[in-house]
This record gives sequence, C-alpha cells and structure tokens, in this order.
Amino acid sequence: MLTILGHLVESMVQQAHKDHPVETCGMIAGSLENRLPQRFIPMVNKAKSTDFFEFEPKQYLQVWREMEQRNEVPVVIFHSHTQSIAFPGRADREFALDPNIHYVIISTTSEQKNCVRSFRICNAEVIEERIKAVASYLPVLA
Amino acid sequence: MSVTINIPAILQNLTHNKKSIKTTGSSIAEIINTIEAEYPGFRDRVIADGKVHRFMNIYVNDDDIRFLNNLDTKVSSSDSITILPAVAGG
Repeated sequence: MLTILGHLVESMVQQAHKDHPVETCGMIAGSLENRLPQRFIPMVNKAKSTDFFEFEPKQYLQVWREMEQRNEVPVVIFHSHTQSIAFPGRADREFALDPNIHYVIISTTSEQKNCVRSFRICNAEVIEERIKAVASYLPVLA
Repeated sequence: MSVTINIPAILQNLTHNKKSIKTTGSSIAEIINTIEAEYPGFRDRVIADGKVHRFMNIYVNDDDIRFLNNLDTKVSSSDSITILPAVAGG
C-alpha cells in the first residue's frame, strides 16, 4: 500500500494535466528511515513525447545529489499516460529496477481522467497496490 | 590512482551495502573491472555488449560518459564518478 499525503496526489494530477499531451514525470522523495513520500520533485521529460518519458539526466544528477545530502531516497516515481490506461507498459516494466519504489501512473485520457494507480515492479512483474491518501502522517508514525 | 565512485541503491546489494567505493583505475573501464574483481556481478549490471547498459548512466562530474569517451573516459582522483539508473518508461 502507498500511504501518501493527499496534496501530493493532487500535485501529481495537476502536473500531469499541465503537461498533457506530453507525458509528465517526477518523483517524491522521503527519508531513508521511514520511506514516506514528502518532497515533490517535478522532473523534465527529456523525451518530450506523448508515449515515452525519461528524466532529464543532468537535472536528475543534480536532484540525486540533493537527495544524498538530505539523506533522502526516491519513494515515488510518477509519470502520466496521455493515450492509455494507468497501467505499466513494457518500457515501464523494463526500466523499473527498484522494487522498493512505488511507481505511480496518472492517466490523462478523456475516458480515464484523474485515474491514479500505484504499482510495485520487480523483475518486470507488476503488482498493483492500494493508494491511501492521508491528511497527515502522524497516525502512521505514531 | 585512487578514485571514489558513487553506487546507486539498486546495486548496493552487490557492494555489501556500500554507497560509495574507493577503488583504482585511470579509466571508467578499468574502474569497473577493479570493482568486478571485488564484487562479482557488478560489471554485468552496468555494461552490456561492451557499452554502458541502456538502463544505466555513468557520470564523470556532471558529464554522461556517452558524451565523453564512453568506457575509455579518463578519470583523475579529483573527479566525482556516479552511476545512476536511467529513469524512463512509456
């Protein structure tokens, strides 16, 4: 299950609609200790494509260095599907190398608008998980 | 020559959970071979068909080695070397 602050879900959806019809992408960093998503990081889609995304490498390197200094890890990696349902395609499964990360997909098609789903991907195997949007992490941390 | 290389989380299971490794070598290829000798399996996760794996990026300071001299890129002890998995999808 992905437990996540509601405003972070809204931020992902807003960014997906802003970038539509190009696929949006980004991540949400959190501390290594509790792996709760905290810091929203929009990323530039180097591919600028309607059916592919790639983090802009130099921006990603800079963000990675910041995360290292802050003792953060990528907790959520998100992107949008602007022409298909919110389910990992072949490229999504191939590039998803870390089973600890929640891979979130937002569909912005007219039929699927605001559909947000989260997956764990391990060795290209996909397992969907429930998204629990919360107002605060305090009950989780208690 | 001694250099330090930053290891991404997904490869740290091969490097005994080390986030960075001090190793030796004057080029990226030499460095990866030295790491492979100590941590078997490392090279195959980073290199495929004699090139940087398409799912990985290797940076010397701020530059992707694909835009330098690929695996023959020379390094010095003052360089920051970082391996990062590419983040991409469809």
